[in-house]
Amino acid sequence: MLEINNLSVEAGDKLVLKDIDLDIHEGEAHVLFGPNGAGKSSLLKAILGDPGVEVISGEIIFKGKNIKDMPMHERVKLGIGIDFQHPPRVPGVKLGELLELIGDRDKGKVKEMAVTLDLDDFLDRDVNVGFSGGESKRSEILQVYAQNPDFIMFDEPDSGVDVESVELIGKKINKMLDKEKKPSERKKSGLIITHLGYILNFMDVDRAHVLYDGIIACSGRPKEIRDQIIENGYQGCIECCQMERS
Amino acid sequence: MLPDGKKLEYQNKAEEYINKPASLGEDIDIDDYPIPEEDQVGVSSISEVDEGVRESMKDVGMELEEGKSSGTYYQLDNNVLMSEMYGDIEVMPINQAMEKYDLDDYYWNAVNIKDKYTARTELELTKGYFIRVPSGVKESIPVQTCMLLGDERKSQNVHNIIIVEDNAELHVVTGCATTKEIKSALHVGVSEFYIGKDSKLTFNMIHNWGENVHVRPRTGAIIDDGGSLVNNYVLVSPVKSIQSYPTAYCRGKNSKASFQTVLYGKKQSKMDIGSRTILSGKNSSSDMISRSITEDESHLKVRGELIGETEDVRGHLECKGLIFSDDSILHAIPELKAKKSGLDLSHEAAVGKIAEEQIRYLMARGLTEEEATSLIIKGFLSLDIEGLPPNIAETVDNMMEMTLEKAL
Repeated sequence: MLEINNLSVEAGDKLVLKDIDLDIHEGEAHVLFGPNGAGKSSLLKAILGDPGVEVISGEIIFKGKNIKDMPMHERVKLGIGIDFQHPPRVPGVKLGELLELIGDRDKGKVKEMAVTLDLDDFLDRDVNVGFSGGESKRSEILQVYAQNPDFIMFDEPDSGVDVESVELIGKKINKMLDKEKKPSERKKSGLIITHLGYILNFMDVDRAHVLYDGIIACSGRPKEIRDQIIENGYQGCIECCQMERS
Repeated sequence: MLPDGKKLEYQNKAEEYINKPASLGEDIDIDDYPIPEEDQVGVSSISEVDEGVRESMKDVGMELEEGKSSGTYYQLDNNVLMSEMYGDIEVMPINQAMEKYDLDDYYWNAVNIKDKYTARTELELTKGYFIRVPSGVKESIPVQTCMLLGDERKSQNVHNIIIVEDNAELHVVTGCATTKEIKSALHVGVSEFYIGKDSKLTFNMIHNWGENVHVRPRTGAIIDDGGSLVNNYVLVSPVKSIQSYPTAYCRGKNSKASFQTVLYGKKQSKMDIGSRTILSGKNSSSDMISRSITEDESHLKVRGELIGETEDVRGHLECKGLIFSDDSILHAIPELKAKKSGLDLSHEAAVGKIAEEQIRYLMARGLTEEEATSLIIKGFLSLDIEGLPPNIAETVDNMMEMTLEKAL
């Protein structure tokens, strides 16, 4: 589904990602760990085509096409979706109106999803205006659900959210990524950034990577890596990983 | 009829002011715009009206199908096309009303003769409408009024009076426009609103003028105890110049005035538009909101003034603007004047650009940059108007939607 080769990225003239390789197959969900400033969000921006970052070398192959120079909205049309960590307020644009504009799914299904996310009263409200942190997070999930992309990036869907909502959001992501289906029937793929990893208790993730100082310093089984990070910190986790490799 | 001597008094006053420029806005030589001739062209059905004229009416929000209004008043130049009442709400040309009723308490009471435009309306009146809602009558279907100018280089000087008696409710949807072939013209409209005890008037107005048309509306509303005015105004098409400063007098206790204004300056439009509320009734309140955009070489002055005459009054004024062109000027002038302690007046004004972050957010949902920008602009200009019955809210939404689609 997504294949990244030798990708280097600058943000404001600063090299933030160096020679990244990443391969996410159809039906797979990967999680991306890393300390603040490691370049996690820059990687999502580069995949999305956000003009805030600049790809200086390497390639991003999505569904067999090099999308490196493709404008953002065309990448989205091709099937890439993103759940933002800090979505902006858009005064005057109703959530329901936006869902209709971007929606690819049956309206009834989107409405049902809104109900299960406890957002049915928000459809007449301006996008993110006066939403609490948790409400914004759920609204992001709802928008991405309506879009129905094949590859979804989640930028800290669990940050600043209460424990119950983390469970709800984790389960919804699981569903959107076809994890309730048999492995052979899974068509959707995802890349999830998380700091805490608590959300992983409610999701099936196939592989984890640790992004550290602009490089993928370690890859492996999600829960093992998470436990390593919790026990020994990022530094310890990476050292352990390098020892394994050598 | 006015009492003896009253008419003469107004005429003398008008003679005195006929050469006096207005205190705001560019001065216009009104002699360049004679008044159009009167040739009776009244119709019994809207289908008899010329198609081009009907199109102009639709462009300012008129719904011409039967059953869409509880009364209609359509005027072209100096001719009444239709003046119909379908229920208890009285609708008629102002000259008829002057003959039928003693309007001494209403005629030139909410608006004064104080410049050449008001003076000329007194001296060279080209009709206007009179709407009266009797006590206790509450009608949720709107009355539609439309003032059209279809005579080249002429001036329309109309005088409108709306009376909503006690415990009554009226919704007016009104459009003013020049027909498409008109290149230059002058429209002067005096409008006086009288809102009785515990009554409500919503007045929704769309303007659509040509690039060489001058417009000088003069509007005043007097609001009694528990009464409320909701005034919505939309101008998103080019105009040569417009200057207006509608004023609400919240004289009654617990009276309320809300103004919502949407302006889009294009080409070389010069707009000087404000709203003012004078809060003199105990516990009266006012909200005034405007959204403006300038592009091309347009100059916009957006004014707002809240005057607190007594304690325990509240008012809030909000002006927000987007400026898109370096050749345009957007000048927000919010003013507060407090004359007593124990009141609460506030304002906020902001002029800026569309946040890049919002555009990127919507593009990340698959919208092109153009689609994202136009959605944000539409959102910026859309006002959530409170206090309207659902069908009126829908009508206003549709009016907004239609005019904005055209503007963008």
